[in-house]
Amino acid sequence: MSSLSRDDVAKLAGLARIQMSEEELVNLSNEFTVILDAVARVQEVAGADVEPTSHPLPLRNVFRTDVVVPSLTPEEALSGAPAQEEQRFRVPQILGEE
Amino acid sequence: MIRNNASEMAAKLSAGEITSVELTQQHLDRIALVDGEVHAFLHVDTEGALAQAAAVDAKRAKGEKLSPLSGVPLALKDVMAQKGIPTTCGSKILEGWRPPYDSTVVANLKKNDIIILGKTNMDEFAMGSSTENSAYGPTHNPWDLTRIPGGSGGGSSAALAAFEAPLAIGTDTGGSIRQPAAVTGTVGVKPTYGGVSRFGLVAFSSSLDQAGPCARTVLDTALLHEAIAGHDPKDATSINAPVPQVVAAAKAGNVKGMKIGVVKELNGDGYQSGVRARFEESLELLAKAGAEIVEVSAPNFEYALAAYYLIAPSECSSNLARFDAMRYGLRVGDVDGASAESVMNLTREAGFGKEVKRRIILGTYALSSGYYDAYYGSAQKVRTLITQDFTNAFEKADVLVSPTCPTTAFKIGEKANDPLAMYLNDIATIPVNMAGIGGMSLPSGLADEDGLPVGFQIMSPVMKDERMYSVGSALEAALLTKWGAPLLDKAPAMGGAR
Repeated sequence: MSSLSRDDVAKLAGLARIQMSEEELVNLSNEFTVILDAVARVQEVAGADVEPTSHPLPLRNVFRTDVVVPSLTPEEALSGAPAQEEQRFRVPQILGEE
Repeated sequence: MIRNNASEMAAKLSAGEITSVELTQQHLDRIALVDGEVHAFLHVDTEGALAQAAAVDAKRAKGEKLSPLSGVPLALKDVMAQKGIPTTCGSKILEGWRPPYDSTVVANLKKNDIIILGKTNMDEFAMGSSTENSAYGPTHNPWDLTRIPGGSGGGSSAALAAFEAPLAIGTDTGGSIRQPAAVTGTVGVKPTYGGVSRFGLVAFSSSLDQAGPCARTVLDTALLHEAIAGHDPKDATSINAPVPQVVAAAKAGNVKGMKIGVVKELNGDGYQSGVRARFEESLELLAKAGAEIVEVSAPNFEYALAAYYLIAPSECSSNLARFDAMRYGLRVGDVDGASAESVMNLTREAGFGKEVKRRIILGTYALSSGYYDAYYGSAQKVRTLITQDFTNAFEKADVLVSPTCPTTAFKIGEKANDPLAMYLNDIATIPVNMAGIGGMSLPSGLADEDGLPVGFQIMSPVMKDERMYSVGSALEAALLTKWGAPLLDKAPAMGGAR
């Protein structure tokens, strides 16, 4: 039987960059016990001899010809920005203080 | 006029019996009358729709050559980017976002002069089977307002069933076009994967997502299919081949000599008795129309649901990483000195709903080192087995059929707290997405026990989409003869008027 503890869910939420309340962590941990049992069924038939399929079409790299085509103006590209400055996206601090 | 089919409206427009502005206004009036009850729309673009309609009328007056659906209104699922028009995907994280570009589907609609009335409600980021996961409240089924209209494209299906629009666009990752069509008595098609461009379709699970046409008849669906389909250099997975001749197939509706395979595993236990009865009746009608009914087996389909709920969350956990509060959408906690990481954490907590968080966490787990092979890797192998089952079955039959869903529309709230019960709704629709083939749902009547619509699913091989239209059209004609009037005539009147 598969399960995820409250701490496991907290770690995953951290990796996924989602803040979660204590209640959410506990609820998800309980739900995952049921959901993981259901989805783990895939292991019953996934033998070593079966090739995996990642995509429905047998595609290789797809290239287009290297020609200039119209694209968004800086104003259009920035039109949904939560904050902007000097025609750039303004973002919160990414590196820690020295 | 609003109760006409899209092709009838197109004929009246071209005969000059009505203008596109008048037709569009009638639909806007209908939306104003009934959408308070149905809540199919998240945004109605009154001004834009009327301007587009006036432009089509001007073209027509000048005698310009127009496309078959020119001037006919349409409802667009809110997962499709439309330049300058709010596009939320049913999520708070995109509230107020206006895309600076058109998706290819929207560009094709505009090129064909199809009038875009507005954006329809959906489960957040298309994750759900009931439209209850929308951050903006649920949509109600026009057949019974206490019931779900299906999902994720419940806004589009409800708009069709409530005569708010004769055409709609949906997207289908595990059944989000077909299941809503089934529970509202409308028609919906998931084309072959790669048949319609995904450029500008906000991604949920990229290897499964497919946009497609929805309408009230098979022919209308085919006309819309041809309007939006075709190769697009902006989508690397778009198929560079001629669009299947679906309109011709829908017009002919010929099933003589066709072999129709009944999938043994997609029937029986767990399927409501009225759903099974309507399915059997449709098979008899198809046999009478000259098709040969055979039974086929797809032993690995029973693992499809489990594989889907690993593959789709895995891809979603990656795709939804783009909602990071940096370049567009919601931003929370951006106070002096706050780190980018803390802003991301707080924004995603506030912006995503319960089901989206559940799937992101599940996907993050399935892809994490140490568990990858056991979960995501195994699910990919199941995908191979399901595709092989289809290949084998299509050697014995030209198309495969099943009920679209195990049950008719359930009550709003009934399954909201039981994710697994909710997921079971998609048991018959998911295999199609896993293999990338085409699937259609059309109405096959009402279940005796509850008087609610039942869907009939037709599945066709890759890029043989015309086959499902042949079968769908033949069945639709036989059922219409049997009923004497379209099924939607039996739906309750709304807003005090038909």
